[in-house]
Amino acid sequence: MTIQEKEQEIVEEFAVFDDWMDKYAYLIELGTALPPLDEQYKTDENLIKGCQSRVWFHAELKEGRLWFSADSDAIITKGIAALLIRVFSGEKPQDIAAADLKFIEEIGLSQHLSPTRSNGLLSMVKQIKLYAIALTAGS
Amino acid sequence: MFDVEKIRAGFPILKREIYGKPLIYFDNGATSQRPARVVEKMDEYYLNRNANVHRGVHHLSNICTDANEESRRTVRDFIRAASEKEIIFTRGATESINLVAYSFGERFIGKGDEILVTEMEHHADIVPWQMLCERKGAVLKVLPFTDDGVLNLEELDRLLAGRVKLVGVVHASNVLGTVNPVKKIIEKAHAAGAKVLVDAAQSIAHTEIDVQALDCDFLAFSGHKIYGPTGVGVLYGKEALLEEMPPWQGGGEMIREVRFEKTIYNDLPFKFEAGTPDFIGIIGLGEALKYVGGIGLKAIGAYEEELLKYATGRLQEISGFRIFGTAPEKTALISFQVGKIHPLDVGTLLDRMGIAIRTGQLCAEPVMQHYGVHGMARASFAMYNTREEIDVFCEAIRKIETLLGAGNA
Ligand SMILES: Cc1ncc(COP(=O)(O)O)c(C=O)c1O
Repeated sequence: MTIQEKEQEIVEEFAVFDDWMDKYAYLIELGTALPPLDEQYKTDENLIKGCQSRVWFHAELKEGRLWFSADSDAIITKGIAALLIRVFSGEKPQDIAAADLKFIEEIGLSQHLSPTRSNGLLSMVKQIKLYAIALTAGS
Repeated sequence: MFDVEKIRAGFPILKREIYGKPLIYFDNGATSQRPARVVEKMDEYYLNRNANVHRGVHHLSNICTDANEESRRTVRDFIRAASEKEIIFTRGATESINLVAYSFGERFIGKGDEILVTEMEHHADIVPWQMLCERKGAVLKVLPFTDDGVLNLEELDRLLAGRVKLVGVVHASNVLGTVNPVKKIIEKAHAAGAKVLVDAAQSIAHTEIDVQALDCDFLAFSGHKIYGPTGVGVLYGKEALLEEMPPWQGGGEMIREVRFEKTIYNDLPFKFEAGTPDFIGIIGLGEALKYVGGIGLKAIGAYEEELLKYATGRLQEISGFRIFGTAPEKTALISFQVGKIHPLDVGTLLDRMGIAIRTGQLCAEPVMQHYGVHGMARASFAMYNTREEIDVFCEAIRKIETLLGAGNA
């Protein structure tokens, strides 16, 4: 599946909820289900700056594709991280670097997008892209 | 009679909805809302009376200058200062403290001298002193508090035996809510030969302050936390002390005579007010203080104490609800955690229910370190908040607990 197709899939999943509470309940479920990040990867380097909760993103390159894992001490943040992992993990660095995310807005979570928001969604996306750009430049 | 509905009617923002729910504004510790009356006063000056202060010979300039100076007298009376010369307008509490750290520090602090602050200070009452210590080779000392949020006064005696020249103490803690026994601290500090700055940012809107009865040397607060505009605050300082301190910023207004060989500074309070002040903000602040004075801080304080008691009682019924700061004397705010739920999750979900609170380190990282937490959530009340709002808040907290499970990390 391409990044866009995965985004579309998420949008459809969220479309069944018309209540904000259910959307958040689903996000919380996703956050809870996210496999824990190995303690060795909870380093300062992997820590996302500009977030009120602590979020770590770890990236690994395998056979030309990037794989992400993440953790956060805030569950909603972790749920958002889970969505980002689903969209970006297993993609080629150049595709990640070029991606123009739409789904956040479409599922009605755009209030998390403003750069001044403390939950760091924007910072997470930026960090993911930085990993990807670094690798694209290196190859 | 204290009439909360009448008060609420003066604040247009309290009628608005957030995500379709009536706004419940519990972030008054960060900034209060402003009544229409304050904004209308400022509008009138912006639209019909504007001209720079202390400069013009013309009519409008005189009107603004008079209003600016009338505000100064309003502030003087509000905190019962001896003279309007002791009232310096700044950008806010932060700038007031920086002014003292710079100017008092320049004149009175030398190598090896000590500045004493408490463990519960806001960053605004820590960092300026650290910068001063760095400049002068002075030493920052810290007066600790106990787990219930009360300052350890025995330790104070021990610390004051050192070379303390200035004590910076918060009147009411923005995290713990503790109202500190500043009068006693000032007595002790004076006996040890130290001056005292009281950070009244969180107390000014909630309790009566009499700087002469307190005998504090300096007192700082911001306009925006007492229903006034942003960008304007006050530094009170004892006249004799201010006289001895050098100006900290140079420019217009603060001078009497300028020659390239030598400039003579203006008298108090203008010596510390370089450049065009935010005179319309100052006029707005005067209006806010008159408004608060009209309702009366005694009545406001009594009402808010009831609110705090009610909220504390109701919230304690919720299993896993942990309150940080349980001092016997508290201002109307509650910092908390719900089980193991991250404060950011609490804040995000409350927001969706129309309830505005603060989360994070609350500009007081040492307090977070004291309790070994990365952040807290804080509900801080004002005179326009109600029991009904607290009921909705409690219901919301229970909902969040159900949604997340209290034990959830
Ligand atoms: C106790 C305390 N001191 C100082 C400040 C700083 O106030 P301002 O940011 O308005 O200068 C605050 C504001 O949050 C405060 O709560």
